[in-house]
Amino acid sequence: MTAVREMVDPVPGAGAPHLPAQPDLVQLLTPEGERVEHPDYAVDVTDDELRSLYRDLALVRRWDVEATALQRQGELGIWASLLGQEAAQIGAGRALTDQDMAFPTYREHGVAWARGVDPLHVISLFRGNDLGGWDPVATKFNLYTVVIGAQCLHATGYAMGIQRDSGTAGGDGAAIAFLGDGATSQGEVNEAMIWAATFDAPVVFFCQNNQYAISVPIERQSKVPLFRRAAGFGFPGVRVDGNDVLAVLAVTRAALARAREGSGPTFIEAFTYRMGAHTTSDDPTRYRLADELEEWKLRDPVARLKAYLSRSGKADADFFAGVEAEGDELAVRIRKGTLEMPDPAGTEMFDHVYAEQTDEIAAQRAEFLAYQEGFAS
Amino acid sequence: MTTLTLGKALNTGLRKAMEDDPKVVLMGEDIGKLGGVFRITDGLQKDFGEARVVDTPLAEAGILGTAVGLAMRGYRPVVEIQFDGFVFPAYNQIVTQVAKIHARSRGKLPMPITIRIPFGGGIGAVEHHSESPEAYFAHTTGLKVVAVSNPADAYWMLQQAIASPDPVVFFEPKRRYWDKADVDLEATPPPLFSSRVVRAGDDVTLLAYGPMVKTALQAAEAAADEGRSLEVIDLRTLSPLDLGPVEESVRRTGRCVVVHEAQTNLGLGAEIAARVTESCFHSLEAPVLRVGGYDVTYPPSKLEEEYLPDLDRVLHVVDRAMEF
Repeated sequence: MTAVREMVDPVPGAGAPHLPAQPDLVQLLTPEGERVEHPDYAVDVTDDELRSLYRDLALVRRWDVEATALQRQGELGIWASLLGQEAAQIGAGRALTDQDMAFPTYREHGVAWARGVDPLHVISLFRGNDLGGWDPVATKFNLYTVVIGAQCLHATGYAMGIQRDSGTAGGDGAAIAFLGDGATSQGEVNEAMIWAATFDAPVVFFCQNNQYAISVPIERQSKVPLFRRAAGFGFPGVRVDGNDVLAVLAVTRAALARAREGSGPTFIEAFTYRMGAHTTSDDPTRYRLADELEEWKLRDPVARLKAYLSRSGKADADFFAGVEAEGDELAVRIRKGTLEMPDPAGTEMFDHVYAEQTDEIAAQRAEFLAYQEGFAS
Repeated sequence: MTTLTLGKALNTGLRKAMEDDPKVVLMGEDIGKLGGVFRITDGLQKDFGEARVVDTPLAEAGILGTAVGLAMRGYRPVVEIQFDGFVFPAYNQIVTQVAKIHARSRGKLPMPITIRIPFGGGIGAVEHHSESPEAYFAHTTGLKVVAVSNPADAYWMLQQAIASPDPVVFFEPKRRYWDKADVDLEATPPPLFSSRVVRAGDDVTLLAYGPMVKTALQAAEAAADEGRSLEVIDLRTLSPLDLGPVEESVRRTGRCVVVHEAQTNLGLGAEIAARVTESCFHSLEAPVLRVGGYDVTYPPSKLEEEYLPDLDRVLHVVDRAMEF
């Protein structure tokens, strides 16, 4: 086992046999929790903000653990765990302002949390009650998009709308598209980057490279590091340590600011690792070795910030105990809310197909109701 | 009254829609400086600017996907797909996103997108330029689908489609782009999703849409010379279907023939036949019959006149309906 430990380098991925060295990686917190500087990216956060970032990381993980348990107990149809990607998502989510619009995949629970979406409105999707229970307009967090990569074009089009509203190349807000490493192979994602580049659209492509598209490793998606693809489209690409919440926050803030001021898109590759399964239906033991997971546990994004806060004296044991207690309360609320969630009315499926209901669907709705009422007596 | 070709009527309708609503944005390949390969957007970029008439990169999924984002931002995108056979790269966005986002968001995100598609054959074109893909879209819940047949409908229905809060796939009969007719620009048009009797008759109800309406009217004219009276209905809307006028007609005639260029197998005619059979069963003197393209790959242009329904094939099937 010592052999595995010797392979681990302080820079994520640098010592892992399956990953290339990464001199370009932006990092502000080492895996051991040491604060380091980067020549291009400074981050200005108060101690309160640091503690609040930790709280977000810890609570989102607690939510995720509870959701996985609820699925195992048959209360959710499926759950897509974000375990290991908390820093990438909270860092990006906390970089957003009220004017920015986020376009998530189906795993962005951390971004949802940062946008103020009620966890139960995400849970309801995975329980099969709805297709996402939150208001995408009020939260500025689009509904989850399951077809891989499709949302990148939506974000780009939305950004073109921002340009038209402002009459300039930028605007008060920007759009941010979330995508995974697998999505970079999709034609639509590449089209989105072409459009964003040629129109200088105020959009950020935030790619969480978690190393796997379900079972298929990154090597099957790309021969070059993903962030370098941006150069071919004609805009900057940055690789950031996705398990370092401070670096992600700094890099995403910079990219969003660049977009808003009218300088066009940025591609961010948040280099991270999906520590859990793709979803609760997946079995990662069929396609990856336990050693690899053990390596990445040493780069855990939550433990990293905790180490920094503890060592620097910015948080004490009472603070961590408080967050843990809050997590337990959150878990209880999620569990209770899930179990008490009412099933949707059967007529719900007819009611929003169109903005202007058709006679055909109205007739089917009436037929459905009459049929159901036949069982009433 | 103004005399307009069908193409010019579309152009005039687009101009009116853009004047009426500053949120209307046109996107497509070659629609700006060139005015579109069929010149339907001629002059619009010059008058409304590049932010409202957008020459896009050559990527149909990109056109539809960015239209979705613009719609989410409150815009009303009108996109042009250059030819029927080129809509398929955008099919994923249309079917999985455009059609579903209203339902997914429970009405929070309407998708007022108009997808213009020149469709059908008869212009001697190469592969992928003569197809009739309307059934794919009519089958997809969440989309509305219409087809125009004449300049007046082109002018009004395009404006109505753009004003619709739902996504509308708007089929234009490309071989009729140059047909002329008088258009009353001050008229009150019928509702968008309605079919219309365009020639009254007593013996057989003939249903058509898009380019086949003209063919059906010619068939009715020829049949009249032989003493046979055909009622012709322009369906205009393919999803939702408006079968009220059809049923009223079939209850009188007892016979119904559906005409379309698209392949017969699982085409619109199949759905219409099923519904008319159910609603008019006791009035029917003959099964509902179909005249459509053969179930083959769209042929090279030297064969398209044999492939496409024409006046003679329509009358041949009308004869069959009368023989029952």
